[in-house]
Amino acid sequence: MTDTIIIRTEDLTKAYGTKTAVDHLCLGIRRGEIFGLLGPNGAGKTTTILMLLGLTEPTLGKAFIDGYDCTRESMQVKRITGYMPDNVGFYGDLTGRENLRFTARLNGIPEGEIDPLIDGLLEKVGMTQAADRKTETYSKGMRQRLGIADVLIKDPEVIIMDEPTAGLDPEGMREFLELIKQLSVKDGKTILVSSHQLYQIQQVCDRVGIFVDGNLIACGGINELGSQIAAEGHYTLEVETEPCDSRFLGYLEELDGINNITKKGNTFVISSSRDLRRDITKFLGTNEYKLLNMHQKGGDLDEIYRVYFEEAEKEGDDQDAKSGSRKRLFGR
Amino acid sequence: MLKAAAGSASLAVNEGKRGNIGSHSLSALYRKEMADHVTSKRFIIIMILVIATTIASVYGAVTGISSAIKNAAMDPKASFDAHFMFLKLFTTGGSSIPSYMSLIALIGPFIGLILGFDSINSEKNNGTLNRLVSQPIYRDSIIIGKFLASSTLIAVMILSTGIAVGCAGFLATGILPSGEEAVRVLIYLVYTILYICFWLAMAMLFSVFTRHAATSALASIALWLFFAIFMSLLAGIMANAVYPVNTEYQQAVNAFENYNLNLNLNRLSPYYLYSEASSVLMDPATRAINAVSYAQLVGALSGYLQLGQSLLLVWPHLVGLLALTFAAFTISYIGFMRQEIRTS
Repeated sequence: MTDTIIIRTEDLTKAYGTKTAVDHLCLGIRRGEIFGLLGPNGAGKTTTILMLLGLTEPTLGKAFIDGYDCTRESMQVKRITGYMPDNVGFYGDLTGRENLRFTARLNGIPEGEIDPLIDGLLEKVGMTQAADRKTETYSKGMRQRLGIADVLIKDPEVIIMDEPTAGLDPEGMREFLELIKQLSVKDGKTILVSSHQLYQIQQVCDRVGIFVDGNLIACGGINELGSQIAAEGHYTLEVETEPCDSRFLGYLEELDGINNITKKGNTFVISSSRDLRRDITKFLGTNEYKLLNMHQKGGDLDEIYRVYFEEAEKEGDDQDAKSGSRKRLFGR
Repeated sequence: MLKAAAGSASLAVNEGKRGNIGSHSLSALYRKEMADHVTSKRFIIIMILVIATTIASVYGAVTGISSAIKNAAMDPKASFDAHFMFLKLFTTGGSSIPSYMSLIALIGPFIGLILGFDSINSEKNNGTLNRLVSQPIYRDSIIIGKFLASSTLIAVMILSTGIAVGCAGFLATGILPSGEEAVRVLIYLVYTILYICFWLAMAMLFSVFTRHAATSALASIALWLFFAIFMSLLAGIMANAVYPVNTEYQQAVNAFENYNLNLNLNRLSPYYLYSEASSVLMDPATRAINAVSYAQLVGALSGYLQLGQSLLLVWPHLVGLLALTFAAFTISYIGFMRQEIRTS
């Protein structure tokens, strides 16, 4: 059950004039997972989401949610898909409860069931206190939580959120991510989150896709992407020693595969194309250095992001390499 | 196997529960729009405006009629037409207060504009439209619901004030409407509702195609000014250009054609259509609205037109107003259906 694909796109393409916002996107999202769609602004994340909901027509290709064609059967798709746009808006002169009631009516929920349903959802997102205030008085975080309640009214199987964490304070963010996690783990919802903020995504996502200029340049679990980076030869090692002298530096410079060495206090930050730990510990041991700290970086999302983005930029400069090494490594 | 069967059963229940979703959503949207309007400040402002207009015009009509009667009693040479007195409540002004008919012709378009000018673009800017279109509703029910809700309000407003004028006039003067008068007033009110709905459709059209509410408000006011003022100037200029009447000879040859062209150009404007129709309906003495030659008048007796005959005169106006309204609404409908809605 958990391994079935619920959202599938086939060569999904959207062009605005000459600009291609989404370029032959092939993506599969499994039932019950949290998938993070990462990318800088203008990478085509929102366009992809609009196409999934049938709100804009793809120039080419198809998308399916739970077997329904997103363009032709958008009614069915919208029945099982909850969408929270970025900057989710509510009718300011209605209360939170009234806003939810309106959504419930639009979804054809019988009048008698609406109020208990809304009470339950407000409780779930922790908005019972503020439910009878007008939404124009809400803070960003409150609107975001009401947005989740709004999405959950139709009891969707798939939840799509566009930049849900933008503009939240750290506490609001933590609560929000907690809520998302719960929805996935407890209620078994499939969640697609788009964002340009890395750390939050790293905390909650099962898999991420990195999106640059309409292309999905990498896709997989966080660890998977980490090892992909390692395999490609991006290592960053921090070594703190006592003493931290020029003899050690001289040794490091002699080693193979060194890209760059910087010194911060008693710490060397070494970026290299291979794993140096074995060599360094041997050197330190035989020369009676005291090793205070050694930390291999890589595998966290920031690193992943940086690498892929640099690559994307490099390719922008160098069009010849367009379908070179990247496709070989990350082709899906 | 069992699990799958249970799943499909619950799905079927779900489908049944949510069946017929189109009509559900349209009525939900309609009710919400209605509630929104009725509780909004701007609706209260329009309501005050309309009520003040009604009271003022009733006062003006009553004083105007009574002074006319007094004059007729004092001065045997002054004639006073005592037929269709009830209609005079709507068409007579007095002591520099315009009549109900002319006041409504003036503020009516604004009622439509105010109800419609930000219907789509404000929702777009607030990010609510975004949420709305991702619900399982047909997108057209959004724009249809908005139009229906606003036009219902217009109908209620116009019918209630029209009836209020009749009642107040009856209380003040004791004039009872004859059956024909009542029907005439009712038909006149229907024309008024349709005319205001045209402006509603126009304002919604601008609200679909412009990003800011202020832009669409200004654009629709500009259009109103054009139809109300500049259209007649333009029609005159064009008629004179096509059929010049500068010399006596030209006048003799072209006068008739010139007048007809001028009239027909004016009739492209909903403003003119409405004012012509309402004057025919409310004044049974209007026997023709086109140019009439002397030959046609030979042997004619002066008298009042029957209701059916008046309706024959204004039938094309009804069709014209309906067509304009539908055209405006259809364009905004198509535009709205094809738009890509995303947060800006």
